Amino acid sequence: MSDTDTFDYAMPSLGADMDEGRVIEWRIAPGDTVHRGDLIAVVETEKSDIDIEIWHDGIVEEFLVDVGQLVDVGTPIARLRAVGAGAETAPVTARPHESGPAAPASAPASLRQPAPAPASTPDDRVPASPLARRLAAEQGIDLHAVSGSGPGGAVTEADVVASASAQAGGGAEAPEAVPAAPPAGPRRSADTMRSLIAERMTTANREIPHYYLSRDLDVGALEGWLAERNESRPIAERILPAACFIRAVALAAARHRELNGFWIGDRFEPAESVNVAMAISLRRGGLVTPHIERADERSLDEVMAALGELVTAARTGNLRASWMTGATITITHLGDSGADLVHGVISPPQVALVGFGRSRDRAWVVDGEVVVRPVVTTTLAADHRATDGAVGSRFVATLAQHIDHPEDLL
Amino acid sequence: MNDSDNIHTGAHDSVDLVTMILSAIADVAPELEPELADLDHDVDFWTELQLDSMDHLSVMTRLADQTGVEIAERDYPRLTTVAALRDFLAENRS
Repeated sequence: MSDTDTFDYAMPSLGADMDEGRVIEWRIAPGDTVHRGDLIAVVETEKSDIDIEIWHDGIVEEFLVDVGQLVDVGTPIARLRAVGAGAETAPVTARPHESGPAAPASAPASLRQPAPAPASTPDDRVPASPLARRLAAEQGIDLHAVSGSGPGGAVTEADVVASASAQAGGGAEAPEAVPAAPPAGPRRSADTMRSLIAERMTTANREIPHYYLSRDLDVGALEGWLAERNESRPIAERILPAACFIRAVALAAARHRELNGFWIGDRFEPAESVNVAMAISLRRGGLVTPHIERADERSLDEVMAALGELVTAARTGNLRASWMTGATITITHLGDSGADLVHGVISPPQVALVGFGRSRDRAWVVDGEVVVRPVVTTTLAADHRATDGAVGSRFVATLAQHIDHPEDLL
Repeated sequence: MNDSDNIHTGAHDSVDLVTMILSAIADVAPELEPELADLDHDVDFWTELQLDSMDHLSVMTRLADQTGVEIAERDYPRLTTVAALRDFLAENRS
């Protein structure tokens, strides 16, 4: 039981609406050496098939579940042997063969162990930011059980939040108050996804005092600049307006950090990085919100490539687990569906959601003359506990500035 | 594809292109595959199938890759039906 050389990888929770899943394909075999970030299996959930990643180096010893077997979140699914000095960093694990109600929901980044932590390094040996450490203490989270995404594998506050949210029953988008799903329910129907979204959004609306700001943006400069740029580029390198919106939101969020982070307990915790989630609707119903990590630090081309990857993965059922937790702000872009304006619902524990409507020609006044310009209405839904309208308004102004100067988005 | 006489004619190319277009859509939106067999080739399928701008780009990218035809953004507005796409690709294919 306390064989610290081996560790188990548990069925991760990939969203608030997941309490069970099945491995439909192993991408590894016993004897394989795996490294942090490697894809190890494809897991089928109600929403989608998701590629799951391993968070620690190791050698695969054995599979603990069969392909196709439906198991609860938190159930160990594979046993690995730590490599090298791995005992220092190897996650401590759920007990072999333990499953069912006792196993906490486990994020991909958090192979959780019921407290107390067994023989392992003390918390101060886990590289973590001071804020992450404090948050973990407040939330009763064992830092050993959280996989760090910071420099050198350091645990960041976003990792802790993701882990906390997962423990509470879902991914980063999950309200903490959502009751954990029953440990062993029947296989979900598509209707269940609807009811889970209903539950989450109800909680968000009940607990978050939203305020809304909007602004009409003249996107003539942006569209003209994109058309010219795309003209000279092969089709695979063309940029969509949505990528520009993501960059503009990321840059604005990086400047107005009060809107980029998490409301935890009774206070706002700014995030260290800007991870922009994009709401992507699924044609069979519902939506997913994978994120683009550090979108403020990436080029427009990189953001466009990442967006393409996310949308394709969402639509074809190949989402990666790491995309599903840790978002710090979310965008909903209803431009393609015909709506002019969206007043969105924030995904807790985030504190802001930015909406974009469709581009339509409008009468617009430029230098005292009425001209026809393509206009997009953007909205900010923000958590009034975390910020006031003045902050939101400055955010919207910065956003507008970036849309006016698309070359700055590169 | 019952036109065995047309193997070396444009008609056969057209059938190939239609198949290519439909499978590009199916690649991008697998859940729509059952609907594609009945898709009217003269309707705006982007709207009909509720494909968004990212789907649009993905389908166009696949078709450009497979045919070698450069599809400029300014051509997009007239390439809304399977028939229009088929004709455009046939005309521009080297």
